[in-house]
Amino acid sequence: MRNHQTLVEYGIVTAHIIAGLSFLVLAITAGLLYSLQFIHTYPLSGVEFFSPGRVRMLHTNVGLYGWILNGLLAGLYWVVPRVSGYQVLSKRLSWFIFWVLQVLIAATAIGILGGYAQGIEFGETPLFVDPFIVFGLILIAVNFYSPIIKTSREGPLYVSLWYFIGALTWIIMVYMMGNYVPQFFVPGAAGAAISGNFIHDLVGLLVTPLGWGLMYFFVPTIIRKPIWSHSLSLMGFWGIAFFYPMQGMHHFMWSPVPMHVQYSAQVATIAVEVVVTSVLANFIMTLRGNGDYLRTSYPIRWFYTGMIFYWIICFQCAVQVTLTAQKIIHFTDWVVGHAHLVMFGVFSFWIMGIITEIWPKLTGREWHSQALNGWAYWLNTIGISIMFIDLVIVGIVQGFLWFSLNPFMESVRLSVPFWFVRTLSGLMIAAGILTLIFNMWMTARRKG
Amino acid sequence: MKERFSFIFLTAGIGFFITGFIFQMMGPLVFLRDIPMKSIEDLVREDADAEFYQLAEDYPEEFKKAFGEPTPVAYSQALRIGRDVYIAEGCWHCHSQYVRPTANEAVRYGAVSLASEYQNELQMPQMFGTRRVGPDLIREAGVHSNDWHVAHFYDPVAIQPGSVMPSYSWFYDEKGRPNKKGLAIVSYVQWLGSWRR
Repeated sequence: MRNHQTLVEYGIVTAHIIAGLSFLVLAITAGLLYSLQFIHTYPLSGVEFFSPGRVRMLHTNVGLYGWILNGLLAGLYWVVPRVSGYQVLSKRLSWFIFWVLQVLIAATAIGILGGYAQGIEFGETPLFVDPFIVFGLILIAVNFYSPIIKTSREGPLYVSLWYFIGALTWIIMVYMMGNYVPQFFVPGAAGAAISGNFIHDLVGLLVTPLGWGLMYFFVPTIIRKPIWSHSLSLMGFWGIAFFYPMQGMHHFMWSPVPMHVQYSAQVATIAVEVVVTSVLANFIMTLRGNGDYLRTSYPIRWFYTGMIFYWIICFQCAVQVTLTAQKIIHFTDWVVGHAHLVMFGVFSFWIMGIITEIWPKLTGREWHSQALNGWAYWLNTIGISIMFIDLVIVGIVQGFLWFSLNPFMESVRLSVPFWFVRTLSGLMIAAGILTLIFNMWMTARRKG
Repeated sequence: MKERFSFIFLTAGIGFFITGFIFQMMGPLVFLRDIPMKSIEDLVREDADAEFYQLAEDYPEEFKKAFGEPTPVAYSQALRIGRDVYIAEGCWHCHSQYVRPTANEAVRYGAVSLASEYQNELQMPQMFGTRRVGPDLIREAGVHSNDWHVAHFYDPVAIQPGSVMPSYSWFYDEKGRPNKKGLAIVSYVQWLGSWRR
């Protein structure tokens, strides 16, 4: 009965991967388009529907909800039945959720371009879309709670499932809090505290726990070795669960939000760096003695590159969150570089690693070309590294130009060469993604 | 026991989130609760010599078509529409709305922001912003003239060489004069910081 072939619905996993990659292409197109505005070559200037400000919101929202959420759900449909030993609640419900999600993301994209964006960062999903998203998130939670509860009756749960329980529960509350409370109930500085938490909780309480949960499944199954330390897994989960909801306010340091809230957010942020280091240590020690996998297995390479990037951004976060660093780097491109490394360098890398691992199993065919997998990996890794370093440097340049009271336009003029490099690195990333998609297409077309 | 569904769901899922919610989100709310909340009508009443009324003389025909007479009621309507345009066009992703007590910002922009300035209907949702591609706008009222803004929204690069701000030609009618959206966004931007002039 507990045969993997009958437990996992392959169709829904494939569907989420394809939908996710389609939205990724849209998000990257939007990002590239928007970046052209910064080097004075925007091709659609004067077209209301494709105004750069709207295209920017399209980039972030489709990137998060369209690509990352779809990608993580594909991972969940693959992992949860295997780890729990039970099917998700209902196959029909899975497909219903799938279509609801895609329609909502399409509605979000059209709504934002049409001028119905909501004034909340990463919550620009139009107000008329929000209730349906909450409804969809509840359905997703119910669908995955079912196998987890069943297996919980039989014994302790594996660490992946702890993360999934947390994320699926948090995201419903996070989404309602972020989209409704500052919009209808709480103005100004208190509203900013909530918006800051919302931005951060989307990363910290949705994407991060789902991502780590998936890593705790895929890494041991690929290298055929258990996770190094159960205690460190416990510490990582409970540390992240406790400190992440307490730190979102660090998006508005030095703002009119009461200072003690800013201080506490700072402490919680630095605490998370400690916790993340423990999680990283656990994974590095798991790989010890099997380092050859980094050379031979592309999924492992994607995963561990993402983890190193994750440690870098968490370390960066612990530094940039201090009030001293905030003086210079807040409001600059430093933060933009940080956000890109988190969303692309970590979580997108993990999803692409998962795709590299399961696509041959989904299609029943070997990869068309391992060399192309290598190209996809290197184009993306070099692309995002250049983008990150470039934006961090230009952020420091902008920060000090403002601090030393140069005319504002000086900071724009000096940034343009850096923004040019940013567009080039974006093109590299786009090439990497298209390589992966081409390889997937050729693999699926192969004669089994 | 600790690795069962109910424990993780209740402790981590619900419990920790509520703890964070209390400390990080209810905290500011409790500490700022005594600051009176202002409606748009209150804000309009406090800003009797707004640039908005000047717009009626600058663009009489367009103004009449969009808002009728230059009354406080029309002003509150313009602020509401202007704020919606500010959100829809994503202005807030490139312009912040608070002056920090650091990095010489008080010298560049003016008085440091106070929480009380944001306790109003137009800051719901708040428009603090997280990035400055362009300058902060919370002390923008009266810094430039209405005409400057009208020309600048139409072609920012012509007014400010090297600027990376896009053109907003749909704020204008076919004669190149500001339409309802154009008048509203200028009124809104000219309102920002009017209370600290």
